[in-house]
Amino acid sequence: MLLQIKNLSKSFFGVKALDEVSFDLKAGEVHTLMGENGAGKSTLMKILIGILQPDAGEIFLDGKEVEIKDVHQMLNLGIAMIHQEIMDIPELTVAENIFLGREKSGKFFLKKQEAERDAQQILNDLGIDLPLKKKAKDLSISQKQMVEIAKAVSMNARIIIMDEPTSSLSETGSEALFSIIKDLKAKSVSIIYISHKMDEILQISDRVTVLRDGKHIATDTASDLDKQTLINRMVGRDLDSVFPEIHGEKGRVVLKITNLSTSGKFENINFSLAEGEILGFAGLMGAGRSELARAIYGLDKFDSGEITFSGEKMKKHSIQSAIKNGIGYLSEDRKKEGIIPQESIYANASLTALSKFSGFGFLQKKEELKKVKEITDELRLKSAGLNQKIMYLSGGNQQKVLLSRVLLTNPTILILDEPTRGIDIGAKMEIYQLIKKLAENGIAIILISSELPELIGLAHRILVMSQGKQQAILNKSEFSSEEIMKHAIHQ
Amino acid sequence: MQYINKLREYGIFLAFVLVCLLLAFATPRFFTLGNWTIIITQVSINALLAFGVTFVIISGGIDLSLGSLLAVAGVSAAMMAKADQFPVIVPILVGLFAGLLIGAFNGLVITKSKIAPFIVTLGTMTICRGLALILSKGRPVSGLSDSFNFIGGGTFLGIPIPIIILIVVFALSHILLNNTVLGRYIYAVGGNENAARAAGIQVNKVKMAVYMICGLLAGLAGIVLTSRITTGQPNAGAGFELDAIAAAVIGGTSTSGGTGTIPGTLVGVLLIGVISNGLDLLNVSSYYQQVVMGSIIIGAVVLDSWNQRNKA
Repeated sequence: MLLQIKNLSKSFFGVKALDEVSFDLKAGEVHTLMGENGAGKSTLMKILIGILQPDAGEIFLDGKEVEIKDVHQMLNLGIAMIHQEIMDIPELTVAENIFLGREKSGKFFLKKQEAERDAQQILNDLGIDLPLKKKAKDLSISQKQMVEIAKAVSMNARIIIMDEPTSSLSETGSEALFSIIKDLKAKSVSIIYISHKMDEILQISDRVTVLRDGKHIATDTASDLDKQTLINRMVGRDLDSVFPEIHGEKGRVVLKITNLSTSGKFENINFSLAEGEILGFAGLMGAGRSELARAIYGLDKFDSGEITFSGEKMKKHSIQSAIKNGIGYLSEDRKKEGIIPQESIYANASLTALSKFSGFGFLQKKEELKKVKEITDELRLKSAGLNQKIMYLSGGNQQKVLLSRVLLTNPTILILDEPTRGIDIGAKMEIYQLIKKLAENGIAIILISSELPELIGLAHRILVMSQGKQQAILNKSEFSSEEIMKHAIHQ
Repeated sequence: MQYINKLREYGIFLAFVLVCLLLAFATPRFFTLGNWTIIITQVSINALLAFGVTFVIISGGIDLSLGSLLAVAGVSAAMMAKADQFPVIVPILVGLFAGLLIGAFNGLVITKSKIAPFIVTLGTMTICRGLALILSKGRPVSGLSDSFNFIGGGTFLGIPIPIIILIVVFALSHILLNNTVLGRYIYAVGGNENAARAAGIQVNKVKMAVYMICGLLAGLAGIVLTSRITTGQPNAGAGFELDAIAAAVIGGTSTSGGTGTIPGTLVGVLLIGVISNGLDLLNVSSYYQQVVMGSIIIGAVVLDSWNQRNKA
């Protein structure tokens, strides 16, 4: 056995991201790691490449226990990772990128010819055809990936981790990759393969391990598996009783999306949304859900199609017009597009609705504080006072402040992108209750979530996207993890 | 903990008080009304520029064109102020308008081109110096009317006019930053531009506003300076932008944007003024003064980054 991972555990703020997970890898094997977003795959890989340290558990390489303290040590142990986002230096050539950080040189000067000769040797061994003198910025994504693989091989890597390598490859690009993987196997290089795509997993893997909620579910030989079994293993859990039952009537249609398209992001999206309705957006990462939401809010431009608010077609779409039409938007990225870190809780909360608390451009601070206090009390915000800077709050409480910011505008349509990401279970349940209350008060809600139980538990209908395309709109009676997954991985 | 944080926040103020006390012991001339009138009149130009650039820096930008902008405004005001050809309001409005216009130009280029403010205003700095020389044909504009020269040299109830202007602009700037929607937006844009945009703030309008405010105040500074030296000097104000930025930074405005206050900047301005005045009184050579001033700027920034890291 080349690599053995035994009972690895890791918690973040009391939440178990990995719970006694074991995993092993034989020489010359392709072992695939599967699981929903948040199942623990990335935590496991981060431990393996030395970015995170486990709380408990052991890692053995060639039967010897090792501790991987940093990326440097990972490379010394013969482990390399091909990241989803390739990090090359655009202005350097293929050969220079392959030997980046380990340049062939004399005392002062680079030995360019030697580097190119060695690079060519590696590429020949792998059967890869690449122009050595081309700059990385002129390569296709598929070619860039091959540079990364050549780099890994040049470092004598025995284990190569590939994180969703085909996510941005065309079909021919993928085929080329699979053939290189075969060659690597023949050289007894082992591969840990991370992917969502069932077909390719079953095609190239020797074994498949499924993780769910940080736990090891099963490891099996790929030839014994089929798609359905894998889907069941990935999603097979009971819906907790954490989701409140939502009553209330659907009202008139407040939002209608017709043939909305943005090249490279999403195409031909059609749906309508009524008062009091919760529409879920399901799909894998990169399916285009957030991009669609951003276009509706006016944060990104869209190429073609129509957005209609309460029967009125939008002519010139902007965030300001969206807000005026009663749209509220909560970004999936709290840090990047949510909080103003150095500002107080109240300044953060009142930001979008600020004109309501002012006259002739002057702030009415008393009114502002009063309204912010009302809404944050209702959301049960825990803080040291409204003057506290938002950056000192926990993730869940920051999210409550941002929800306050949206709710203070009295929206009729709410777009919530991953509202419970990275917050603890208690705060999650409070946010579920809030969503229920808002819907029962007649607010139309678009809920984007990577956690299927959340969508199944809260939504009236679920729109499933895959690779930018609208695959299905499921009604409540059709909800099941299996059904959603089936559409989400449809290509 | 709360106490220590407060102490840090007022650190620069304490440093200012400390320096004043030291100077008071070192030279009896320091704590006299006459000397303080001199100090504050002297710093008034830098104060106007520093208040303006504080808005810009809080919004996450920078303005290097202040000094040359001041010269353009000063020269154009002076050309309208020659020997009572127009009422005094005309040169004042012309000077202010010149500042506002150049500020708007900065804002427009920065928001439309997405080029870094540092580069854009560096370009404007050179353009403005050229404009000032073109307008004045390279010669000082002199022979200004008495009513115009009153702005920089006159007094009201015994208080020099520049000091009155400083106090009024201080109050207005502070209110603008603290009590208006625009002020709140400026902090938000500097604190997290993406979040501000997602929250529905028209980021480009806010940026336009700060560069225009900054230009307007530099225009005002140009008028005051021209009136004080009774000549429109095309070479006036060279390097003033750096003093203004230094004052803002010493006063706690972070160059990464999102934090800073007008009172803080005022303390920064006064600290610079008091130290140079004190060193003058102590007969320290102006060569050494520059070394001292530079060290204080670096010290203040180190203190600030140390603060930031401790908070994070």
